[in-house]
Amino acid sequence: MDFGLSDEQRELKQSARDFLAGECPTSYVRKVMASEEGTAPELYKEIAKLGWTGLAVPESHGGAGLSMLDMAVLLEEQGYAAMPGPFLFSSVLATMALSEFGSEEMKQRWLPALAEGKATGTIAIVEEETGIEPTGIRTSVRESGGELVISGRKMLVPYAHVADFVIVAARTGPGPRDLALVLVERNSRGVETRLMKHIDLTRRVCALELAEVRVSAQARLEGAANAFDRMLDAGAVAVAADSLGGSQRSLDMAVEYSKVREQFGKPIGSFQALKHLAAEMVSEIEPARSLLWYAAYAHDALREQAPRAAAMAKARLSEIYSRTADRAVLMHGGIGFTWEHDMHLWFKRSRFNESYFGSPAYHRERVAVLGGY
Amino acid sequence: MDLNFTPEEEEFRLKVRRFLEENLPKSGLKAGSEGRTDKEWLERSKAWQKKLYEAGYVGLSWPREYGGQAMDPVRQSIVNDEMVRANAPTLIGASGLSMLGPTLIAMGTEEQKKRFLPKILTAEEIWCQGYSEPGAGSDLASLRTRAEIVGDEFIVNGQKVWTSNAHFSQWMFCLVRTDPEAPKHRGISYILIDMKTPGIEVRPLVQMTGDRGFNEVFFDNVRVPRKNLVGKLNEGWLVANATLFHERNMLGSATGSKQRFNRLLALAKSIRRNGRPLSQDPVFRQRLADLEIRVEAMTFHSYRQLTDHVRGRNPGIESMINKLVGTELNHDLATAAMEAMGDYSLLAREDKDVIDNGYWPHEWMFSLGLVIGGGTSHIQKNIIAERGLKMPKSR
Repeated sequence: MDFGLSDEQRELKQSARDFLAGECPTSYVRKVMASEEGTAPELYKEIAKLGWTGLAVPESHGGAGLSMLDMAVLLEEQGYAAMPGPFLFSSVLATMALSEFGSEEMKQRWLPALAEGKATGTIAIVEEETGIEPTGIRTSVRESGGELVISGRKMLVPYAHVADFVIVAARTGPGPRDLALVLVERNSRGVETRLMKHIDLTRRVCALELAEVRVSAQARLEGAANAFDRMLDAGAVAVAADSLGGSQRSLDMAVEYSKVREQFGKPIGSFQALKHLAAEMVSEIEPARSLLWYAAYAHDALREQAPRAAAMAKARLSEIYSRTADRAVLMHGGIGFTWEHDMHLWFKRSRFNESYFGSPAYHRERVAVLGGY
Repeated sequence: MDLNFTPEEEEFRLKVRRFLEENLPKSGLKAGSEGRTDKEWLERSKAWQKKLYEAGYVGLSWPREYGGQAMDPVRQSIVNDEMVRANAPTLIGASGLSMLGPTLIAMGTEEQKKRFLPKILTAEEIWCQGYSEPGAGSDLASLRTRAEIVGDEFIVNGQKVWTSNAHFSQWMFCLVRTDPEAPKHRGISYILIDMKTPGIEVRPLVQMTGDRGFNEVFFDNVRVPRKNLVGKLNEGWLVANATLFHERNMLGSATGSKQRFNRLLALAKSIRRNGRPLSQDPVFRQRLADLEIRVEAMTFHSYRQLTDHVRGRNPGIESMINKLVGTELNHDLATAAMEAMGDYSLLAREDKDVIDNGYWPHEWMFSLGLVIGGGTSHIQKNIIAERGLKMPKSR
């Protein structure tokens, strides 16, 4: 029995915390938020040097080949810093999808470039019918003249406007599980992206039009619907990890503020109303941290338990993040409601995290189904 | 990260499991649900703990010289886990095992350790905790039971309340005021009182469950030898905090919560509503899933703390939350079960139509008692905020 982070993972966590505190303070996050594209090129150059972009790339293709738990440690710290840009979608999800289900040709073409930070990928799931249920996927893929033809419209696709390729979830037939993942290069004919106006400005999402887009017959990832499930599990764990960091940051900010802000001649943190809120916040966060570690570990090491573990972690962490950020704003009072104060960065990011890759209610139902209730 | 126990530990677990299957009495040990605290029950409960000790399953991590086996905490946690799985009752000597024992090991004199520890293990001597008073509940440090030093004795006068098991305990570990002039936290001492000493009167209190579990204890010029002082004079608050910490760990058992959840799920599958099992009702499923997620989180949280313990890392804020989260979770589980049973939840356990042997109404009440006892949830939140998050003191 050895449950928790290894010494190396603890070091990775601390070095990520220190690095982001120096290179990604909120002044920098705000600069990226105000920019047109919402990427963070200076920061991502440094990140690539640190090897973060290659963390999930197998060693055979120029990466470090580390585990989801290692990645969760990094993602937690990115959530703590509200780090902007496509990392979670490109360096985690697109990279993991290719590593696990890509053809050898795809891997050779994309993985070294992803590892070096020279390519960006993303994934496209959501459509008109919101949510991630397979039945909501209407975008079609069919074979024609030795090629694949993809048609449909994807919504809220993260960073499609700057991605070199998009992994598109598409329908191969009428059955709910007739699904495939197809790699579509963004500069293919028939692909159009439109930046959507987003509440959480630490992230960017696009509408993606796919008008009879023709790609090679080899552009299909292996694993069909199972690859789709696996990618969603990875997304659930990744967002849960970001949520853990964001919850911790919200709590830290609220507690620090309560020690310096005075009312009635005392620091407001001396009042039990605020103490009890803060105690409730940390009492939710700490057990959930243990739950996340388990889900991240299970993703690689306990494949049979992994889907249910991912559902539990996503349901719990994303809900806790919203609640914690909400309470942290309240503990700040009026200043917490201003644009000038940083609290809203996490408050808005928590909404994205709660919803994206399945709401808490969606994942609780999965827990029930997989648990045989 | 490694969620496996070693082959030796797994073998040990199977041994414990087999022992429990073969030796755990099928009935007659549960005080609460069977409503028994009579002499026969007491003797059976003591005999059961003694048997368990002789088989090598009590006090595994205690030092050898006082009857333990000096094993790492994993073994003890395996035993605790198997006990819960086997639905074995809390051991009759639990407060000695979980609260006083570890305190004496850390802070007792050699003479105290030799005298008291072995008999805690064998249940020859049962201990009760003399902390709360009518005027000192959440504000425990304002306690007024007085102990004056006369010669080589303390003369104790005052009253304790909510004293669980005092009516059959041989000994009490007790907080008394030894310096009324000092600031309240600095005038308290921690002493060990023989319950047979003249001047002690125990009066029963009946709990809302209808069980007799706790008592009032009155002291009228009770003489206690000075050598029964644990730690230094007037430093009892430090000693008491050590035992409060152990109590928190004891109450927050994740395995127990998991057992309760499994029982709740079985209940929800067995109850039909709108022509289908309640477990398939979309609203109730959400609630069940939420509870299971919280239970699982506490399970992994306990693994994390066990790992830290084995590696000698100091428990941080993650252990301060155990009591608050664990007891509230158990009460939420019982409350969900009560709602699942609908109008049948109104039946007392003696009724022949009661569901699940009347386990839940009792558990629903008893679990609320544990949210209060050992420091209420509100006091826990103060502790978490002040000691864990370093928020400014209110007082």
